[in-house]
Amino acid sequence: MVTTETPLQRIEDLLAGVVDPEIPVLSIGDLGVLRNVSVAGDGSVTVTITPTYSGCPALGVIEEDIVSVLEAAGYERVAVDTVFSPAWTTDWMNDDARRRLNDYGIAPPGPEPVLCPQCSAPETTVVSPFGSTACKALMVCNECQEPFDHFKAI
Amino acid sequence: MTYLVRLADDNVILGQRLSEYIAHAPDLEEDLAVANISLDHIGVAQHLFSYAAEVEGEGRTEDDFAFWRTEREFTNALLVEQPHHGFGELIARQFLFDAYQLELWQALARSSDERLAGIAAKAHKEARYHLRHTSSWVVRLGDGTEESHRRMQDAIGAMWRFTGELFEADELDRRMAAEGVGVDPMTLAPAWNATVDEVLAEATLQRPDDPYQASGGRSGMHSEHLGHLLAEMQWMQRTYPQLQW
Repeated sequence: MVTTETPLQRIEDLLAGVVDPEIPVLSIGDLGVLRNVSVAGDGSVTVTITPTYSGCPALGVIEEDIVSVLEAAGYERVAVDTVFSPAWTTDWMNDDARRRLNDYGIAPPGPEPVLCPQCSAPETTVVSPFGSTACKALMVCNECQEPFDHFKAI
Repeated sequence: MTYLVRLADDNVILGQRLSEYIAHAPDLEEDLAVANISLDHIGVAQHLFSYAAEVEGEGRTEDDFAFWRTEREFTNALLVEQPHHGFGELIARQFLFDAYQLELWQALARSSDERLAGIAAKAHKEARYHLRHTSSWVVRLGDGTEESHRRMQDAIGAMWRFTGELFEADELDRRMAAEGVGVDPMTLAPAWNATVDEVLAEATLQRPDDPYQASGGRSGMHSEHLGHLLAEMQWMQRTYPQLQW
């Protein structure tokens, strides 16, 4: 079989399998955490990522996952570079990722009102502006009474 | 390098101070909030320490800055090391500091140093979220019951004397500002005053009129509270050097 896949595409495909350990329905590409991939002439790979929140504990795990996925595929020299600028924003999350997030039970970031991921009702209330992870707030649906996580828009 | 460490010190010490409160908040939601805010501060400190270590180029790591310096080597402001006696003081300290950091990070996001500007731009978004939360508590408690009003007023009063230091400029601040890397903290005072006055007014609280303002943190002269905090924060690395998770 003849493959037309370039080395860069192959790496990008592999990285599509690296997910946020706390929100496993989203890959680092979906989140916008993955900023760039480059392959040098000597075959060494540099993956550039950006943190969602300054203190996000998932970042360390994501770095390790990137290295282990690429090493398992035969890339021996992998470097993960962290950049801060431009600052991460939920605007980078694509529509497909937002849909999957909603199906998973987390209301995606977006314009008000926040819709209940269970019953789609627009009447929802913030229970706590800080949730189980740095990127989420805790909300409740006034209609079906289900509590749910909301991915904060920043 | 010294400037980055100074910025980081405020955050690592406040992050540690806040972490003491986890599991002591009035409710579960507030426990989550305190833990999240603490984590944001520690994250900012980590990125700044890590950058400082690179600039220094002598092989130190972010952990060396946090765990292997002594009290006199920390240059955080006195406000962040102050202990809190109850939730009101924790909120007062955090509110007064959030209002300062909001202006600080906004200014530093325009730093000529690209890496610092990036860290600041991210921290600015976080500070804005923290301030929204702490302002709402100041208003809720200030404009609440007679007792909550009195206790919130006392809490603001207890922290007030440590706010003047935030806007004192020393030679390092002035040099960094002149180079376009940093900001002269004096220039942040008008916006801070406006934010604080607006929230205090809404909370029906009086702006304290405390002529005594403590100072010294930036040059390593701390209150007696920092040593105890460092003992708690550093004992593990000092008992088991090079310990890793």
